[in-house]
Amino acid sequence: MNRNLKIIFGLVLVLVFIAGPADLTGLGIPWPGLKRYGTYILTLWLVTAVAAMGVNLIVGYAGQETLAQAAFLGIGAFTTALLQKAGVPFGLNFLASGVICFIVGIALGFPALRVQKHYLAFVTLAFSVFVWLLIRNEEWLTGGVNGIKDIRRPILLGISLRPALYYYWLVLALTAVLTAAMWWLLRSPWGRAFTALRENAIRAESLGIDVRGYTLMAFAIGSAYAGFAGAMYAPLVEFIDPSPFALGASLQFLLMVVAGGAGSFVGPFVGAVVAVLLPEWLRFAEGYYLIIFAIIVMLLMAFCPTGIVGLFARLTTKARRPHADDKGPSLGGPNLGGDPTAAATTVAGANS
Amino acid sequence: MNTASAALEATPASTAASKVLEVRDISKSFGGVHAVRGVTFDVREGEILGLIGPNGSGKSTLFNCILGQLTPTSGDVLVAGRSVTGLRPSELNRLGIGRTFQLLQVFPQLTVRENLILAGQEHEGSRFKRLFGPSDSGLTANANRMIDFFRLGHLAEEKAGGLSYGQQKLLDCAMAFMAGPRLVLLDEPAGGVNLTMLGNLKDRLQAINKETGATFIVIEHNMEFVMSLCTRIIVLAEGKIIAEGPPDTIRKNPQVIEAYLGH
Amino acid sequence: MNDFIQLIIAGLATGSIYALAAVGFTLLWQTSQTINFAQGEFVMLPAFFALAGMKFFGLPFPIAAIAAILLSMLTLGVLFKTVVVDPLHKQGTLPLVISTIGLAILLREGVKEFYSAEAQRFPSFFPNINIGTSAANGGSGFNVSADQIGVLIVATATILLLSWFLASTKTGRQMQATAQNPTVARILGVNVERMVMYTFLINGALAAIASLLISPIYLAKFSSGETLGLVAFVAAIVGGFNQVRGAIVGGFLVGIIDNLVAAYISTSYRQAVPLALLVMIILLRPQGLLGRAEERAV
Repeated sequence: MNRNLKIIFGLVLVLVFIAGPADLTGLGIPWPGLKRYGTYILTLWLVTAVAAMGVNLIVGYAGQETLAQAAFLGIGAFTTALLQKAGVPFGLNFLASGVICFIVGIALGFPALRVQKHYLAFVTLAFSVFVWLLIRNEEWLTGGVNGIKDIRRPILLGISLRPALYYYWLVLALTAVLTAAMWWLLRSPWGRAFTALRENAIRAESLGIDVRGYTLMAFAIGSAYAGFAGAMYAPLVEFIDPSPFALGASLQFLLMVVAGGAGSFVGPFVGAVVAVLLPEWLRFAEGYYLIIFAIIVMLLMAFCPTGIVGLFARLTTKARRPHADDKGPSLGGPNLGGDPTAAATTVAGANS
Repeated sequence: MNTASAALEATPASTAASKVLEVRDISKSFGGVHAVRGVTFDVREGEILGLIGPNGSGKSTLFNCILGQLTPTSGDVLVAGRSVTGLRPSELNRLGIGRTFQLLQVFPQLTVRENLILAGQEHEGSRFKRLFGPSDSGLTANANRMIDFFRLGHLAEEKAGGLSYGQQKLLDCAMAFMAGPRLVLLDEPAGGVNLTMLGNLKDRLQAINKETGATFIVIEHNMEFVMSLCTRIIVLAEGKIIAEGPPDTIRKNPQVIEAYLGH
Repeated sequence: MNDFIQLIIAGLATGSIYALAAVGFTLLWQTSQTINFAQGEFVMLPAFFALAGMKFFGLPFPIAAIAAILLSMLTLGVLFKTVVVDPLHKQGTLPLVISTIGLAILLREGVKEFYSAEAQRFPSFFPNINIGTSAANGGSGFNVSADQIGVLIVATATILLLSWFLASTKTGRQMQATAQNPTVARILGVNVERMVMYTFLINGALAAIASLLISPIYLAKFSSGETLGLVAFVAAIVGGFNQVRGAIVGGFLVGIIDNLVAAYISTSYRQAVPLALLVMIILLRPQGLLGRAEERAV
């Protein structure tokens, strides 16, 4: 019953995402769809959410800090833009952007994770500034402050994805694949290892879990997500320059993930709403938008450090039972029934 | 056939005489403080060795040196004849050395069963296989066996953080045994556990020892517990071994009494 | 050679300001495990307090400067501690870090919206003259401004005074005890809460002094906190995160390197050099130049 409801809800959500921005009046449904700009913002939200998913893996699941997600986004975006100018098709650009960020992530994380906690944060901070300087200064490669113009959107099966709606669908499909991959990663033994090393690295190490190796993998995969996001970002905006990849943007990624709910699967999507859609809704506030944003983040941290998802979970559980714990969202509630297992009460009992 | 249950099924008789662990002249100093000074001893397969001594005698430092948590200033640790000095704790664990901690160390957000599966997962297959391979049904079966063995059946699906202290202690031990280790180092297993649970714990530890031939080293302050559990006892004082022998001899050793009362 | 000495003196002058910011940063970390990502904005803001005092209340500059220091101690010290840090302490390091990042945005955008987005000229305490003689007039070509010497003297005096306070007064020693081990300090009868509050007050004052010294050189601008914060951060880590002495050395070192790189190597990668230094230190000497090595479990 509950399960069926969930499936129906999921299907409706998928339908809304696919058809939402489209003009449905031709099908007899009185819904004009979103304008070009609305579709653009929605696409930007998906792209941001993909990069934020990477931050969530590093920060929320593996318990590390990264201050370079925007730099990795930049590496991905410039990789795709430059390869496209060299005539490489989008599919390969997309893969290359992710793979390069993964490799750079390994190269950066390997030395940093040898030393103490927090040092990955310091190293990524330095890396972030360095990448930005590189993009700004190496004009022969990146165009410097003038950036790279006229980045084309791909052509798929002979259909140009230049219209905002078509490109949105491509990004939606890629986001769906990356989200499914992340879900599966977190459900695998790796995901369990990530949780373990976040909660208690010393104990995890004593159980044979190679803490350094898993942390490195989380960091590299998380960075690769920024690379994939960058690959989708460049054709979306069609023009890239150094400014969106500065340190401030990396800090903002960290901010949005924690504000959304670090360590919760939907946290990055909620965080990306705050970072991408909220400024659009708060247009009337103009320059005060960032002030409002900062105050919201500070209040959230003080009163609900599990973020908006945690706040939501707390409100809904409070409504159901008065003594809700404040541990934040848990994926899958405890099954108090338990299953009576075959009663072989010796360790060496069963043959395997 | 997985490695975990293979180790669990190893019979003690065939290898009773061999040395599981050799500690060779281990010293460890912090700055100018010499916490451990040239400690040497062997641990034979299947024995339950007690490691006792007054506070500050270097027991925990010695433990941490054996387990790769600290690097000894000098000396060597051998497992099954092979030097393991300088290996990281996770590598040692995968060689078959388990441990528990003085303070409780379970993963509160995971269920009891997940805690156990986690404790076993790194011992099977490659990391690559763990990501792309089939689900861990073998591990689940193993975990269920441990749950039954430690009498945690009714709690299998509970979050570990919600268990009582004694139950968490049992889980902590169960996790150390999950991968079928040949040697387990227990750091004050009886600390903070009530009498009923203590009997339960001792009973379970002896049962594992008898069934699987697993070897234990136990640090413990509860003399009653340690004297009745262990087959041999080593006494440390000021970083050195001052006595070694079966519980009855240790109990009467004047040097040991001096070490405990003299401080 | 004269060029080189001039650059060193200029480097020492800016370095002494960086040291002020870095020392405050380290003190906060030591006594309350606060990694203050708004430290750069803390150095940006007090100059605007002084400017506002002069513009809206017609205060003369010296009075406005003193008012700015006091107001900084109140807002960046007391208010920061009670409103931002205290409620977040039980939530752990990450939420506090995030909150200080939020605070940085708040201060930056606040100044931009409520004062000005333009860089502001800021009066100096020191006469605008050059010491030394110009080569064109047949002199040695040695040229250092009174401003730089003044900055160096004031900042160094502040640091010496603080070092003396920490090492030689009862309160200072109690603060150090609190920084090293709050639990033991409490057992020994130290009022830990009060010591932590003193640290925040000192950080507010140091930030204000740094602000008043640096703004005449680089102008007062809402966005200048980004660079300043980064530099303070780098200086604190390079010197050893757990040592006030380290932060001082780190500050001077970063100042000198910054000036030499800008003059001799490249202005476009100027920012990267202190960061490269930071990464090298992390990899080769994780405890920092003067930091103590800590025995690490795992």
